[in-house]
Amino acid sequence: MRGFYLAPGLPQPIPAPDGLDGPFWAGLAEEKIRLQRCADCRRWQWGPEWICHHCHSEAVGFEEVPSAEGVIYSYERVWHPVHPALKDQGPYLVVLVELPGADNVRVVGNLLGDPEADVVIGSRVRPVFEHHPDADPPFTLLQWEPVIIPT
Amino acid sequence: MSGPTLRGSVCVAGVGETEYYKRGQSPDAEGKLALKAIVAACADAGISPEDIDGFSSFSNDRNDPSRLAAALGCRELRFANMQWGGGGGGGSAAVAHAAAAIHGGLAECVVVFRALAQGQFGRFGQGPRRNTIAGDPAHTVPYGLMSPAQMFAMKVVRFMHEHRVDQNALRAISLAAYHHAQNNPRAVMYGRPLDEATYDASRWIVEPFHLYDCCLENDGAAAMILVSAERAAEFPHTPCYLLGAVSGSHYRAGAGVHNTPEYASSSFPTLAPRLYSMAGVRPSDVDVLQSYENFTGGVLMSLVEHGFCDADACNEFFVKERFLAPGGDLPLNTSGGNLAECYMHGLGLIIEAVRQIRGDSSNPVPDADVSMTISGPMVTPVSSCIFGTEATL
Ligand SMILES: [Zn+2]
Repeated sequence: MRGFYLAPGLPQPIPAPDGLDGPFWAGLAEEKIRLQRCADCRRWQWGPEWICHHCHSEAVGFEEVPSAEGVIYSYERVWHPVHPALKDQGPYLVVLVELPGADNVRVVGNLLGDPEADVVIGSRVRPVFEHHPDADPPFTLLQWEPVIIPT
Repeated sequence: MSGPTLRGSVCVAGVGETEYYKRGQSPDAEGKLALKAIVAACADAGISPEDIDGFSSFSNDRNDPSRLAAALGCRELRFANMQWGGGGGGGSAAVAHAAAAIHGGLAECVVVFRALAQGQFGRFGQGPRRNTIAGDPAHTVPYGLMSPAQMFAMKVVRFMHEHRVDQNALRAISLAAYHHAQNNPRAVMYGRPLDEATYDASRWIVEPFHLYDCCLENDGAAAMILVSAERAAEFPHTPCYLLGAVSGSHYRAGAGVHNTPEYASSSFPTLAPRLYSMAGVRPSDVDVLQSYENFTGGVLMSLVEHGFCDADACNEFFVKERFLAPGGDLPLNTSGGNLAECYMHGLGLIIEAVRQIRGDSSNPVPDADVSMTISGPMVTPVSSCIFGTEATL
């Protein structure tokens, strides 16, 4: 269990009251990335929708992404805190990660490590599950760390 | 363009603005600001506020047209319209809807308006203060991605990466706005010029946005009166005609958690061809341009998507001198815009576009016949519009 990437005090995620993304959050607690996949056309989609935007089927369920490694599609280094909880945070990195194992849908997370390091768009990252067991209710964030390619 | 069109159907009878204040410093409540701007626009047009029969706004403006009409003593309310979506994306759309209402016979005298008093109602550039968060923001806010600057920087980083754009391209947009504000006494940044060294030394908000890449947050109100083009001669100013106005966004621009397929975009790729087709002009015909700067990176992509510059040629195109009135190739944000005049969700930019046609801008572009405004890049829906002189009809 490593420490939390961002200082505590930001709003914590809870499953949407309408039920749209509950399996996603439940999956993170089990260290699995579960995203929407259509039972009819078998294509992935994210963010969550009530129907498949490809074929309009209502048979949209959640499946575990078979290969959870991702690719950095974009990123940003934030300096100015816009929430009091981050007043003393210093710079931090947010990454937009494509999942080749799920039709390249994207998820947002933080890139663990030195926040002032160079970030390379297109580089590979692997998931890190940041559990907050003492929160009420407990939750898990999906974070990312660089895949170090042996030379 | 064949088929129905707004081209030449309406003209601008008058424009009005309140004084522009720093955020939270308006002595007037938001509703009073709205009324003052509308009354000023009527005075500019030489009409009575009682003649207004339609209201068109955007970005969830809090001033209900029924209440405005009651306060103004309007004889009859015939049109009350709100464009969906936040930010400044609806500015030109509100013009389009007002024009469509007039053209379609729903109303005769429509005011486009926007009023903001953030001191009264809270700020845009701050994160949420709740303990829990659900829905789409739950997938971004806990990672520290919550303000408009943070939402849009991710797109701009990707665009600058794909097209190898340098920071100096963004800087040129900011410098041009501040340059123009020095000639505009209404501008909040009047008397506060900006140079290259100051920009370069300014703090990062979120890379690639320095402080000076980010819009102001202001209090104030703006209004514009539209009527049928047949009435253009009734008003005191040089006639200013609407040549085209469009709104919308590209395929799945509203996809959740940053999943828009064409992501590194200002949301205009499908709008710009429709705008030029309706207006009957090409990018090279545009004499002066107002392009909404929530953040400079949005202007960068807006100009590319409106055909002014190839995406891979931004470093050569985005130089300050090109954007300066009166002599630049493409005078840009000639009032100082959202960066340096006032952040009125971009209605100020549309008013400046009208002033360029009328010849009463504080930075006039000589012989401007075609004057364009781009509203609200990177949100969805966005919109843009083109005004022209009588010679363009
Ligand atoms: Zn399907």
